[in-house]
Amino acid sequence: MGNKQTIFTDEQLDAYQDCTFFTRKEILRLHGRYHELAPHLVPMDYTNDPDVKVPLALIVNMPELKENPFRNRIVESFSEDGQGNLSFNDFVDMFSVLSEMAPRELKAIYAFKIYDFNVDNYICKEDLEKTLNKLTKEELTPEEVNLVCEKAIEEADLDGDNKLSFADFENMISRAPDFLSTFHIRI
Amino acid sequence: MDASDAVFFPDRHAPAAPLLLEQLPSYQSLLYRRKSSSSTRRRGSGRGRQPSISSVKWAEQKPVHSGEELRPVRELPMSMQEKRREQQQRLQQGGALSGWGVWSVSVRRSLKRMKEDGAEALAALQLWRADIHLIEGMFGTGILSYFSFLRFVVLLNFVMFLLMFVFVMLPMIISSRTAHNTTDSRTNVSECSVYPDTSRQGLVVFHEHITDLLSGTGFLERTYLFYGFYKPEFIHPRFTYNLPLAYLLSTICYLLLSLVWIVKRSASGFKRKLVQDEDRFQSFCNKVFAGWDSCISNETAARLKRSSLLYELKTDLEEERIKRKMASRTRSEKLRIYSLRTALNLFVIAALGTCFYCIYRATVFSQRKQAEAQKSMFLLELVVEYLPSIVITLANFITPLIFNIIIAFEDYSPAFEIRFTLMRCVFMRLASIGVLLFSLWVQITSCKQPEDCHCGYNHQVYPCWETHVGQEMYKLVIFDLLIVAAVTVFVEFPRKMVVQHWRCGVTQWLGQQEFSVPQNVLEMVYGQTICWIGAFYCPLLPAINTVKYVLVFYLKKVSLVTNCRPSTRPFRASSSTFFFLAVLLIGLALACVPVIVSIAEIPASRACGPFVSFQSSWQVFPQVISQLHPGLRSFLLALASEACAVSFFVITCLGMFYVIALAGAHKRVIEQLRDQLAMEGRDKRFLIQKLCQAQQVCVRSPQRFGGKRRNAGVCVQEPALLETQA
Repeated sequence: MGNKQTIFTDEQLDAYQDCTFFTRKEILRLHGRYHELAPHLVPMDYTNDPDVKVPLALIVNMPELKENPFRNRIVESFSEDGQGNLSFNDFVDMFSVLSEMAPRELKAIYAFKIYDFNVDNYICKEDLEKTLNKLTKEELTPEEVNLVCEKAIEEADLDGDNKLSFADFENMISRAPDFLSTFHIRI
Repeated sequence: MDASDAVFFPDRHAPAAPLLLEQLPSYQSLLYRRKSSSSTRRRGSGRGRQPSISSVKWAEQKPVHSGEELRPVRELPMSMQEKRREQQQRLQQGGALSGWGVWSVSVRRSLKRMKEDGAEALAALQLWRADIHLIEGMFGTGILSYFSFLRFVVLLNFVMFLLMFVFVMLPMIISSRTAHNTTDSRTNVSECSVYPDTSRQGLVVFHEHITDLLSGTGFLERTYLFYGFYKPEFIHPRFTYNLPLAYLLSTICYLLLSLVWIVKRSASGFKRKLVQDEDRFQSFCNKVFAGWDSCISNETAARLKRSSLLYELKTDLEEERIKRKMASRTRSEKLRIYSLRTALNLFVIAALGTCFYCIYRATVFSQRKQAEAQKSMFLLELVVEYLPSIVITLANFITPLIFNIIIAFEDYSPAFEIRFTLMRCVFMRLASIGVLLFSLWVQITSCKQPEDCHCGYNHQVYPCWETHVGQEMYKLVIFDLLIVAAVTVFVEFPRKMVVQHWRCGVTQWLGQQEFSVPQNVLEMVYGQTICWIGAFYCPLLPAINTVKYVLVFYLKKVSLVTNCRPSTRPFRASSSTFFFLAVLLIGLALACVPVIVSIAEIPASRACGPFVSFQSSWQVFPQVISQLHPGLRSFLLALASEACAVSFFVITCLGMFYVIALAGAHKRVIEQLRDQLAMEGRDKRFLIQKLCQAQQVCVRSPQRFGGKRRNAGVCVQEPALLETQA
C-alpha cells in the first residue's frame, strides 16, 4: 500500500499503530487535525520527532471538546506537565483512550484521573461537588448538590472512608451501563 | 516538597504516609505522567498495572510475573514513549528469535493489519454511517439507539427477502421462462378448487387501478405478490424442484434466522443487564460519572443535554423522596392504593376489550362489504377496505393517552410508571394484530349453509383464503407507511411552524415536537410483527417492508433534524437497546403463533397455492419423508419420536438448572469478594498507621538520627497541608 506520505517514517507509523487503537489513515488524519490547531507551531514533518506542544487554550477549542464540561481536566490528564499542553504523542494517546475500541479498564483509569480535581488520587466529596457543578452549570441548589454527592458516595464507597478510591471507582464503573458509550469521542 | 504531589490523608488524626502508599503496586497506575524528578522521593515515570518498567528503587520484581498474561501494549495506561519502550522491552525479552520466529511475528503483524484495514473498510460500507453520526452528534446516544435499531430491522428484512426470493420466487421465474413440464398434482377436482378470476373486466376506470394497488386486489392478485400465484410443483428437464417444501422450509428458516440474529444482538445487552440488576443499583453514580455524552459537539444539543441531566437528577431525588414516603405508608393508605390500582386495572382491561371488540366488528363489516363486491364511490371503497387498519391505528393512538392519564393516579415510582405504561402499550399493539387475525379467521370459516364449509373454509366467498389474508397484511403495511408519512408532513411540520411563529399561551404549552423513542420503537415492532406473519401469505412483503423502512428512516431523520427538540426525559441508551430487542422478540414469538397454527392446523385452500393437494400445509413433510431413502427416513423418524424428544427436553432442563446454579454461585462469590475488598482497604490503612507509628518512634529516638529529620524520608508530618485538605 504505497501511500507516499512524508509526515512520519514507516517505523513511526508502525509504532503508533501498535501503541494506539488507530489505523494508519486515522493517525495521518489526526496529525492533520493537530496541525490545524496551530499551523505555525506544528511542523508537517515529524520524522525527526520534534518536541512541540500545543497549549491548552487551543486544544479545548476543538469542536469535539468544545462542549464538554470536563474538557480542561481531560486535556490536563493526558499532558505531561499537568498544565494541559499536549505534544502529538499525548494528543494521539488522548483520542485513542477516548475512542470506541479502548477497553473499559483503560477508560476507567483515565476517567478517575479526570474526575479527581485536587489530584490526591481520591475522589472526595469536593471533587464530586465540582463534577456536579460542571455538569449542571450550578443549577442545582446546594442542598440538592449535597444530597446527590452523599448518595453517590454511599452507592460506590466500599471501604467506608467516605471517598472513592480507584478500587471503588472501578467497581462502580464496571456496573455503570452507560460508561462505555458516553466516555467516547469520535474524531 | 511538591504540594501537587500525591498525598494521602486517610484520617485527620493519623499521621500522613504519602510515600508509603505511593510505593504500593496498586498505586502505580494512578500517578500522573510527569518527567521523573531527581528528588530522593520516588517518582515513577513508568507505571503500569504490572510494575514492569517502574524505575522504582525498591520495586525490584522481575518485569513480568510468571503466569501473568501480557496485555497488548495499546491497553496500558502510559504515555506514548513509555508504551514504545515497553514494546521494545517485550521484543527484546522475546529473546533472540530465530529466522522462523521473526518471520512468524511479521506474518502475524501483517495479518493483524489486514484485519484492521478490512474492518475499517467494512465499517465504511455500513449503511447510513454518516447520517447516524450526525444524529449522534446532535441528539446523543438515546435517539441514536433508535436509528441503529431501525438499520438492523432494514437489514433483517432484506435478508428475509433474499431468502424468499432465492428459494421460492426464482424457481418460479425460471420455470415460467424455460420450456418445461409441470405436473399439476391436483388429484381431486371438486368445487373447492375453482378459483374465479377477480381481475377487472371491460373498461377499467383509473381510480380502480389505484384501489387495486393500495389493497392488493384486481391486477395485483395473481402476481408473485401473493401466495395464490405459486404452483405446486414443476419438473425441470434435469431435476424436480419441490416448491411446496421450499416454501415451507424458507418460512421456517426466516423465523429461525430472525430469532438467532435478535438473540445474538441482545446477548451483550442482556449480560450487562444481569450485572446491573444487583441490589445496590447505582443511579446517581451512573448519572454523575457516565451521564455526559462526550459525543455531543453541538451547542444546542449540549444545552439540552445539560437540562436533561438536571431533570434526571431532580427526578431521581424526587424518586428517593417518594420511596421514603412509600415506606412510611400506613395500612389504611395501602389498602386504598391497592383498591384504586385494582379498579384502574379493571378499567384498563375494559378499555382494551372495547378496542378489541371494535376491531372485530370493523373487520367483519369490511369483509362483508368486500364480499358483496358492490361498486361504490372511490374513497368510500378505499375506506371500507382499510377499515380494520384505520381502527387499529386509532386504537393505538388513543390507548397510550389513556394509559398516561391512568398511571398518574396509580401512584407508582416514576421509573416503574414509564416501564408499566410501555408494557401496556406493547400488549395493546401486538394483541390488536391477533384480534384482527382471529376475526379474519372467523369470517373465513363462517358459513351460512353447511355445504359451504365442507372443505374446512368458506370456499364460495374465499376460494383462496391465504391470498385474502395476505392482502389484509399488505394493506396494514401500506397504511402504516401512509400514516407515518402523513403525520410527519401534516402534523409535525405545521406544529413547528405554529410554535415558532405564533407565540401565545396555547402554543407554548403544546411546545415543539419531542422525539419519543419508545413510541417509535413500538411502531416499528408492530410493523415487523405484521411482516413476519404476512410473509407466509405474501412472499414479497419483506421487500416492501425494506423499502418502507428505508423511507421511514429518511422521513424520521428529516423530521428529527428540522422539527424536534430532544426530549427532556431522555431514554437511556444502554438499557434501551436491550429493551427494543426484547420487545422485538416478543413480537417474533407472537408472530410465530398464527404462522404455526395456519401451517399445521388450518386446511390449505384447494383452489390456489403450492399446497393444493395437501390436507394442511404441514403434510408436505410426511410426504417428502416417505419418499426418502429408507435409512434416512428411519433416522428422521427416530429423531421425531417421543423417546428422543423427552430425553432432549430432560437434557435441556438439566443444562438450564446447571447454568442457574452457576450464576447463583457467582453472585455469592462476588458478594464475598466485595466484602473482602472492603476489609482489605481497612487492613491497609490500619497497617500503615501502625507502620507510621513504629517509624515515628524510631525517628523520635535521638540517638540514631542526629537532627536531620528531612533525610528520614518517610512519615514526615505536614500539619499545614493536613489542615487545608481534610
